[in-house]
Amino acid sequence: MTTETLLSIEHVTRTFGQADRLFTAVKDINLTIHKGEFVALLGPSGCGKSTLLRMITGLIAPSAGNVIYRGDRVHGVNPYATMVFQSFALYPWLTVLDNVMLALEARGVAAQEQKARAEKLIDLVGMDGFESAYPRELSGGMRQKVGFARALAVEPELLCLDEPFSALDVLSAEALRGELMELWSSGQLPTKAVLMVSHNIEEAISMADRIVVMGKEPGHIVTEFRVELPQPRQRKEPAFEALVDRIYGAIAGRTEPEAKEVGTPPGAPGMTRILPRSSVDELAGMLEVIDAGSGHYDLYRLEFDLGIEMADMMQTVEMGEMVGFVEVKEGDIHITPLGQTFTEASILTRKEIFASRARRLPMIRWVMDMLHSAPDGLLPWKLFYTALSPEFPDELAERQLDIAIDWGRYAELIDYDDDDQTLSLDPSGGKSTPPIEKSA
Amino acid sequence: MSLRKHTFRPPISPLRLFNISDLVTLILIGVFIYIGVRLAFNTPAIVQGPDISLEPRALPYYAVLSLGRMLAAYVLSLTFSIVYGYTAARRPGAERWLLPALDILQSVPILSFLPVVLLGLIAILPQRTAVEVSAVVLIFTSQAWNLTFSFYQSMTTIPTELREASAVFRFSPWMRFRQMEIPFSMLALIWNSVMSWAGGWFFLMAAEIFTLGDRDFRLPGLGAYLQTAASRGDTQALLLGIGTLVLIIVLLDQLVWQPLLAWAERYKVSQVANDNPANSWFLNGLRRSHLAEFFTTRVFNPIFQRLNARLDRPQTYVPSLEPATVTSKRSLVSWLVLIAFLLMVAYAVIGAVSLLLTLPLETWGQIALGAGATLLRVAIAIVIALLWTIPVGVWIGTSARAARILQPIVQILAAIPATALFPVLLLGLLSVRGGGNMAAILLMLLGTQWYLLFNIIAGASAIPQDLKYTSDLLQLKGWRRWRTLILPGLFPYIITGLITASGGAWNASIVAEYTNFAGQTNHVIGLGSLITTATAQANYALLLASTLTMIIVVVLINRFFWRRLFHIAETRYRMDQ
Repeated sequence: MTTETLLSIEHVTRTFGQADRLFTAVKDINLTIHKGEFVALLGPSGCGKSTLLRMITGLIAPSAGNVIYRGDRVHGVNPYATMVFQSFALYPWLTVLDNVMLALEARGVAAQEQKARAEKLIDLVGMDGFESAYPRELSGGMRQKVGFARALAVEPELLCLDEPFSALDVLSAEALRGELMELWSSGQLPTKAVLMVSHNIEEAISMADRIVVMGKEPGHIVTEFRVELPQPRQRKEPAFEALVDRIYGAIAGRTEPEAKEVGTPPGAPGMTRILPRSSVDELAGMLEVIDAGSGHYDLYRLEFDLGIEMADMMQTVEMGEMVGFVEVKEGDIHITPLGQTFTEASILTRKEIFASRARRLPMIRWVMDMLHSAPDGLLPWKLFYTALSPEFPDELAERQLDIAIDWGRYAELIDYDDDDQTLSLDPSGGKSTPPIEKSA
Repeated sequence: MSLRKHTFRPPISPLRLFNISDLVTLILIGVFIYIGVRLAFNTPAIVQGPDISLEPRALPYYAVLSLGRMLAAYVLSLTFSIVYGYTAARRPGAERWLLPALDILQSVPILSFLPVVLLGLIAILPQRTAVEVSAVVLIFTSQAWNLTFSFYQSMTTIPTELREASAVFRFSPWMRFRQMEIPFSMLALIWNSVMSWAGGWFFLMAAEIFTLGDRDFRLPGLGAYLQTAASRGDTQALLLGIGTLVLIIVLLDQLVWQPLLAWAERYKVSQVANDNPANSWFLNGLRRSHLAEFFTTRVFNPIFQRLNARLDRPQTYVPSLEPATVTSKRSLVSWLVLIAFLLMVAYAVIGAVSLLLTLPLETWGQIALGAGATLLRVAIAIVIALLWTIPVGVWIGTSARAARILQPIVQILAAIPATALFPVLLLGLLSVRGGGNMAAILLMLLGTQWYLLFNIIAGASAIPQDLKYTSDLLQLKGWRRWRTLILPGLFPYIITGLITASGGAWNASIVAEYTNFAGQTNHVIGLGSLITTATAQANYALLLASTLTMIIVVVLINRFFWRRLFHIAETRYRMDQ
């Protein structure tokens, strides 16, 4: 493997929004990609890996720092890179052939040559015979093959893949991964390096030479792993599985002491923790599974047994950590005594346990404190939204409030009236009343 | 063709009452009207109208003239929509001003501009040209806004990844436009064009029959033909005229819109194959015809290839979709232009205010009374429309048999612009006591009931089947069923229909409350008749005051009444969540 540098990223930061409501997507990132490398960017959702990929392709300009390609600063869209998109991004009104030819036409390839080159690429990905088909007539896997054909047709030096297999069914994804690796390792491609964003650890290990793990709030690089296993890699091999565990550990981190885990309330100094996008029902479901599995679980196996995406599962895990029902250590998840009590409790007791924990979360406490100090215990939704806006970008502020209301409603701490869009304190104050009260 | 596609949802931003850009828009509209009124000072007192021949032979000629005005206005509207929509969607910061402006513009009663535009243009252009131009301007203002909104919405809803692909693969701006932006917005543009044409006929007819005292602003065309026929009591000519109008509208539908819609099927964005695609006999015929093929391969394709070769140069620099910083510094020149513009606006505002101050207090009382009277008429027309459209619409919407038989009839009836029938109404009603009021309300009703009916049919057929089953299981019958299932289900559709309907009714008041028919003038108390009377009597201060009042009243009603209802409908009664 040569070590000639193709791309280097120097102290790159990207923020979105304006002065008083700035949201940092990624902060101070440094990364180098060499010729001949297949690099995977791995991380939980919201860690800015897609933003980073888009800065490398030049779709998004960095707010600070430089993206250097072959010694030159990338200015506008990077002409040496192309991209394969998660949702394929084929033009639905164009046939397979026209979709590929359009990319060549834009590069100024002569009209006579366009067709020949497009057909060659369509052959290469095994889509010959489908030239005149429209994307809607194809399966997801076939659409993505066209996506690859289009990206490769313009002979890019750097091929960027944005979760290219995550919208496909398991079998198509596996087949396409194999075909891509075959093309890549056979040297048939003019491509010098591949950069893939993924949230699937196994996928990254089975394909990449190097795995860059990113963390969130704000997006940053946590660590890097070099994958030395020979191709083709077998998932059942102990070395493969050991690496999966190590990477899981790096992504999930470990449960921090409570003060750090829950963060500070909005407006106060310190980091306001983003409430994970999960619900009490999902958390309860996960706890049931962990509890049934003798109280602890390998995170990687848990993902498999729950049958959900890692990104979604990590949100629920984070929720469990915040309320102190689970702890994560070295890629394993453990249920705490409190979590166990919660799992075994009745519906009403569950509400009370959750309420007692939710009350400690700065975001929920902050909402309750504001409602307490309001004259009639009633405040408009808009007020909370405005107060959150400086710390979160628009949709996130709205989602945070939605999650806080959802958890607060379950815990019977906060009430929300959708008609006049006001929040109020739940009169029961988290003490669940039995459904049928005996009259005295 | 399903009726559901005919319903038009006005794009209304979330609950937001007034802000600075609304105010700026209103002031600019006021300035525009004031300029028209200033120009009108020089309008001659007598404007000669055209001689209308009732010979059947003359009909094709009039039809061509009317169609030509529609076409000119449509081309103008389409060009405007693309430029305005594109700017609002793509220029950073433009959205903040352009969208509220559009929102106000689409809610002002367009016909109230007609007198001002007519008088203003006649003062500076040759008479016939001026009348023609104002007809086109009037139709333009009725067609442009929904097209613009539709194009803007398409531009902002193109999936991010498609836009990213166009940048990564280095499309030239022209290539983006023809391969991505136009295809993506095509279907919405065609549907909105159909709607714009339907609305345009209403205003074309109104413009063609407009007469005020000694100022005859009529235009040779189908509208004037119908009006002359009615005022001379020539039933045969009247029927011929209406027949011609319906024929044109049906032919346009069959030879233009249906083929276009069938052709545009390919631009459906959905990734699944459609079981029941739109079909057109005319398009199928064209596809088989040798002549059409000859034109495609020998004429259209070479032209496009030339154009593409000229415009699609490989791009050496493709800008990022999200640039690093959005700091736009104004240049000195743009500051100077802005200041000059503001000074002009200020000058016009001062002029307008001092003109308004010449009006005595009692005139303002008249204006208020007129506004109240017109509001009452609009309300009565809407209530009558609701009373018949709800039961009929629910019946058509829930019974497949009724829909099969009645839908085509309803569509033809709805296609006749209400203003074309107005002379007929006058013929029948002017001799009756209170006929003026009845004719005015009837015209409002004619112009508005179809929107409601179409929306209610769509709403009734959209009530989810499982809710109907549940209501059956709960044995909800009669009024209870209406109260718990049907009316809540219809609510968003009724509100959508009512917003358009009330806008239409205010428009109708301009032509309905003051009429010049068979040599006699007839008017009832109302804001619309104040505007037209002021024009006829050359009372420019009153013209300015009443036009501004109508615009402000309608905008206020929209903001404080309809928008609130719309918000409730959208958030609480949506079934297709």
